[in-house]
Amino acid sequence: MRGAAINWTLRVYLLLIFTFVFAPIIFSVIFSFNSDRFPTIPLGSFTTGWYAKIFADSEVWEAARNSLIVSLCTCVLATILGFCTAYSDYRYNFKFKGPYLALVLLPPTIPLIIMALAMLAWFSKIGVSGQLWSIIIAHSVLTAPFAMAIIRLRLNQIDPNLEPAAWNLGASEWRTMREVIVPFCKPAIISALFLTAAISFDEFAVAWFVSGLNKTIPVLVLEIVQGNIDPRVNAIGTFVFFISMTLVILAQLFFLARLNTKAAAHD
Amino acid sequence: MTESLVVLDRVVKRFGTFTAVREANLTIEQGEFIAIMGPSGCGKTTTLRMLAGLEEPSEGEIRIGGKRMNAVPPHERDTPMVWQSLALFPFLNARENVEFGLKMRGVDAPERKRRALEWLERLEIGQFAERNIETLSGGQKQRVALARSLITEPQLLLLDEPLSALDAHLVIRMQSVLTRLQRELGITFVYVTHSQSEAFAMADRVVIMAQGEIAQVGKPRDIYRAPANRFVAEFVGRNNILSGRIAGADAGFVQVETPVGTLTVQADGTPPAVGTEASFVVAADMVHIDRAPDGAANSVQASLISEEFVGSVVTLFLEADDGTEFKVQLQERALAALEPRTGDVFHLSWKAEDAHLLPGAAI
Repeated sequence: MRGAAINWTLRVYLLLIFTFVFAPIIFSVIFSFNSDRFPTIPLGSFTTGWYAKIFADSEVWEAARNSLIVSLCTCVLATILGFCTAYSDYRYNFKFKGPYLALVLLPPTIPLIIMALAMLAWFSKIGVSGQLWSIIIAHSVLTAPFAMAIIRLRLNQIDPNLEPAAWNLGASEWRTMREVIVPFCKPAIISALFLTAAISFDEFAVAWFVSGLNKTIPVLVLEIVQGNIDPRVNAIGTFVFFISMTLVILAQLFFLARLNTKAAAHD
Repeated sequence: MTESLVVLDRVVKRFGTFTAVREANLTIEQGEFIAIMGPSGCGKTTTLRMLAGLEEPSEGEIRIGGKRMNAVPPHERDTPMVWQSLALFPFLNARENVEFGLKMRGVDAPERKRRALEWLERLEIGQFAERNIETLSGGQKQRVALARSLITEPQLLLLDEPLSALDAHLVIRMQSVLTRLQRELGITFVYVTHSQSEAFAMADRVVIMAQGEIAQVGKPRDIYRAPANRFVAEFVGRNNILSGRIAGADAGFVQVETPVGTLTVQADGTPPAVGTEASFVVAADMVHIDRAPDGAANSVQASLISEEFVGSVVTLFLEADDGTEFKVQLQERALAALEPRTGDVFHLSWKAEDAHLLPGAAI
């Protein structure tokens, strides 16, 4: 009897959490189809007008293109960086390894505004600010630790004899990297690609500071809402939400799929 | 004269201040089955890893096929290894695992596949060729690992405790698979194990290591009958070790004065001087046990403490008046006639030829 009560309480609690997290997004999606200019209830009539409007807007297209380029380049760069640091941590022991790892994992712990200001100051000093690839560099620095963490976790599961076994069978160190380490880490690498792409796609603060005239989607959204209340934001938001969620879910699927096949094998 | 397949010439391996292998000398002939055995930390795995090129000797020289191998990296050697953890590639299926070595040598795909299937068939796991490694049983994985290391048809195969993860009944089966393969292929096997039964059952010669040193090299039977020193005698077990003082010597035999009486012991070569300390061993299954004295020269009285059954072999543990312990091994059938009860006094005797003097100071 008491167990059931606790069970129900927990379920309601969980429901509340999800409501709290997702309600604003759901409302945003609903209002993106609402003909009224102001987000009020009762709703006006159903419309896809806001979508038509953003599709016709070259500024939105430009921002979408920028976001896409930035997140694609970022995910590749960040995953390569993350893979290299994860592997160096797995394979080698060296002096100052502790400080090295602390430094590598530092970026996400720095408040974004400070990070963004620092990036801007530094980039303008060396004359690379205001470019699309300024955002790419900044985002790579910001997201590489996530890639590193995912890939390092995967490397934890490797049999330490796997690499020597490959050498033993005639594979050089580089060949072993290609034939053993990368295939072994593949689920984590794919997962890291999706996750870093998602983070980069959503990131606003750093992008806003270093982008100059190259607006990404989040920067554009801010500019729109700064001017006035415009339901176009809801339409754009809906798009961004679905893209990000797709990327994150794909990242999870690739990471979990590996674990599931393992679990199934042990049954 | 051609040199032996493998030569270890005064090989030393140090890790920092720790010496894992000291002054190891060993030659291994083409087609031999060598077992390196010893307690953990004795340097046996380090020796194997040096043969594979995974560790470089700190001093001395390793030659394989007459060529100095000290600094040759592992992937430029032809010394495949079967790992204790098996180290199969989890992202490849059974056949692809077996193909790996050929792929690294640039053999084309159809040829690789044909030879991999041949090997899987030979090891009786042909039907699992396309199966995921994770779905195979321990014994099947073991066979995949064997096929993977044999597919390049090496001269030398290294095995690092490959059977230690298997169930007892599978160990026996894999032992016969291994010995059969070794005979058929004529490949040299270097087999590292801490299991005496595995080493003695399979190997032509056994190398016993202790604290980084090679304590004895010999045929299993010789090591058992005539251990080179006290460590080997104790490690091999099944031996009675007696200590005393040399009381006399004549024509290949010495008399040793021990707490349980003066006993005659065979002494090969120059016997130790009269008056020096000496130890000797008598294998447990060479000791005759009876209720009445049988008039033999080497006879000791001892009372029964306990018995231990392993299969059809029984080990009796006895104690003489002064506390010296004796082990006697006999077949269960022989035991029935004896009707032993704890506390009973028995007469133990053995032939002087079956007692072997331990040379020098014990390590």
